[in-house]
Amino acid sequence: MAKSSKINRGINRRAVLKGAAGAVGLAAGSGAITGFPYVHAADPKVLRYLGTAVNEGDEISKKCLADTGIKIEYITATTDDVTKRVITQPNSFDVLDTEYFSLRKLVPSGNIFALDARKIKEFDNITPVFTKGQLPNGKKIGDQGTAPWKVLYLEGANSKTFSKTPTEFVTLIPTVYNADTLGIRPDLIKRPISSWTELLNPEFKGKASILNIPSIGIMDAAMVVEASGQHTYADKGNMTKPEIDLTMKIMTEAKKAGQFRAFWKDFNESVNLMASGETVIQSMWSPAVTKVRSMGIPCTFQPLKEGYRSWASGFCVSKAVSGPKLDWAYEFVNWYLSGWAGAYLNRQGYYSAVLSTAKANMTADEWGYWMEGKAAVNDIKAPDGTILEKAGAKRDGGSYDDRMGAVACWNAVMDENDYMVRKWNEFIAA
Amino acid sequence: MTQDRKTFVAWLQAAPMMLVFALFFLLPLLFVTIVSAWDYNEYEMIPAFSLRGYTDTFEGCIADLPNLCTILKTYLNTLKLCLLTWGLTLLIGFTVAYFLAFHVRSKTWQIVLTLLCTIPFWTSNVIRMIAWIPLLGRNGLVNRGLEGAGLIKQPLEWLLFSEFSVVLALVHLFTFFMVVPIFNSMIRIDKRLIEAAYDAGASGWQTLVNVIIPLTKPGIVIGSIFVITIVMGDFVTIGVMGGQQIASAGKIIESRLNALQFPAAAANAVILLGVTILIISALTRIVDIRKEL
Repeated sequence: MAKSSKINRGINRRAVLKGAAGAVGLAAGSGAITGFPYVHAADPKVLRYLGTAVNEGDEISKKCLADTGIKIEYITATTDDVTKRVITQPNSFDVLDTEYFSLRKLVPSGNIFALDARKIKEFDNITPVFTKGQLPNGKKIGDQGTAPWKVLYLEGANSKTFSKTPTEFVTLIPTVYNADTLGIRPDLIKRPISSWTELLNPEFKGKASILNIPSIGIMDAAMVVEASGQHTYADKGNMTKPEIDLTMKIMTEAKKAGQFRAFWKDFNESVNLMASGETVIQSMWSPAVTKVRSMGIPCTFQPLKEGYRSWASGFCVSKAVSGPKLDWAYEFVNWYLSGWAGAYLNRQGYYSAVLSTAKANMTADEWGYWMEGKAAVNDIKAPDGTILEKAGAKRDGGSYDDRMGAVACWNAVMDENDYMVRKWNEFIAA
Repeated sequence: MTQDRKTFVAWLQAAPMMLVFALFFLLPLLFVTIVSAWDYNEYEMIPAFSLRGYTDTFEGCIADLPNLCTILKTYLNTLKLCLLTWGLTLLIGFTVAYFLAFHVRSKTWQIVLTLLCTIPFWTSNVIRMIAWIPLLGRNGLVNRGLEGAGLIKQPLEWLLFSEFSVVLALVHLFTFFMVVPIFNSMIRIDKRLIEAAYDAGASGWQTLVNVIIPLTKPGIVIGSIFVITIVMGDFVTIGVMGGQQIASAGKIIESRLNALQFPAAAANAVILLGVTILIISALTRIVDIRKEL
């Protein structure tokens, strides 16, 4: 007993000494006892940019720093995680790069700052696709789903209600958008594909795939169901419960029959599936098709007669941003729309929001290939200089007007989203 | 007096771990349980009592009888994968540990070979899983090889994006968690016991069944707890290797989270926790780990 208590005392003494030394060290380290005056350096202009990896290019942040002196710090997350973060940690970012369909969740949360349209220099030059739902030539485009012009304006600076008519309070300044369709392997299919119904054609049993992101996957599923004539939706982007049941029933039957090889969730997964020949037909994104092609494997972003499913993203600003940071945020958005970034995005197969400024930053040949559906005069190169297409090639689906003009619906968050997610889980479990 | 001090010091020594445990495990767990009984809408949790998360989860479980509802189907499937993985990792893990403990004589070699078992962890999870595609895919090495050898005419589709590939990947990943605790139990077996069994005329098999296995039980149970808890909650491996077509308990939680339905996700997490605790308490019923350690 005596021995043990002695040891205990020893431990205690040592521990106390150690603790004291640690405290002194800590105090010294933190500068608490130094007494030197606090020197305030000029704050560098830094913006924390939350978004998915798709738009977070190093070139963009480098060019932005060179042009405006604003340092962009990327915070990368998946589409779903970005939304989660905005809702739960609005102080953890300044500028948000997100899609229009997320706004139906983000705006009611009150964490999004209403931007002042008058401070956006090129606002009036933003393509009418966003502001009016029509092409520059006046042609109306599909408005099913969460189309951008439905959620672009707010009723007031602190409003949580979307305005049906244009106001000066803007939720999301558009930057990039595209029209999505099925990607196919023409070398393995060996016949023309012209309809969404082909996704469930038993000919491609075990070689088809769709996205496992419920809010996007269900839209592709709806395109298939409508194309096969089994049901015509009033609004594919806002289904009723029976419509969700029907859509999932058709998909479940196909799944049970072994139609799908795998579902994909991530850009690289879709590239791998297609490049390895595991799938020959699947829902896909434009740069993923480009990536498969740049590996020397034939892959077509197949235009279909029922049209495209479109998406669009842009910049929001966190409600927590104020003071000089807010000015930088406007400066950054204005820089983004001023042309260089737009041209950069166009060269990857996306579309930029302000067409005129992007055009000024591209060669006539590039503009002809990417935007006008013309045959390339010279080789078409990616922003990093790798050759994407040989001279003479034409873009799948043709011109901007042909592609965006054929949009049938937009990525969406439905009123019955909760029910839809449950049914999607059931589909995965089937 | 000294007894009191001794207990006090013991508590003090355990305090940092207790604090970490309480702050980062018990407290969050409590929050999850509370949130699971909240209501929610499209974008936020509503702190009002609602069992919607639970009732939605068990939707159709009675109405659809005799067909199984989604949640039961999902759990049966998860349990099946878990059982297969557990059986295989136990068999392989036990064999590897046995080899390491009784056939490898030098301590250095034991350490080197154990380190070799960690090779699967040298790269990231995602890269490891993507690497299976060129191996097991339709045009992968295995199919090419079998076709080249004239054994098959059509590529085998079930090699990838199937339950086979899921179990294969899980076994590949988690056998190590079996090897270490079993190996640890085995090297602590007094070698004289084995000699005694030999002297008493026991065959190799009898020694294994009557001496080694009973003495390695704690290792087996600890390894089993590792493997079962990891596999029950896994959604990444099952997702990627199953081509996202195979349901798992973890996957349900993930898709609920992604839809911002936190209370529903929390409810599913509580259910998963309950099921896992049941399995583990059944295991610890069989072997009292604390007594055996």
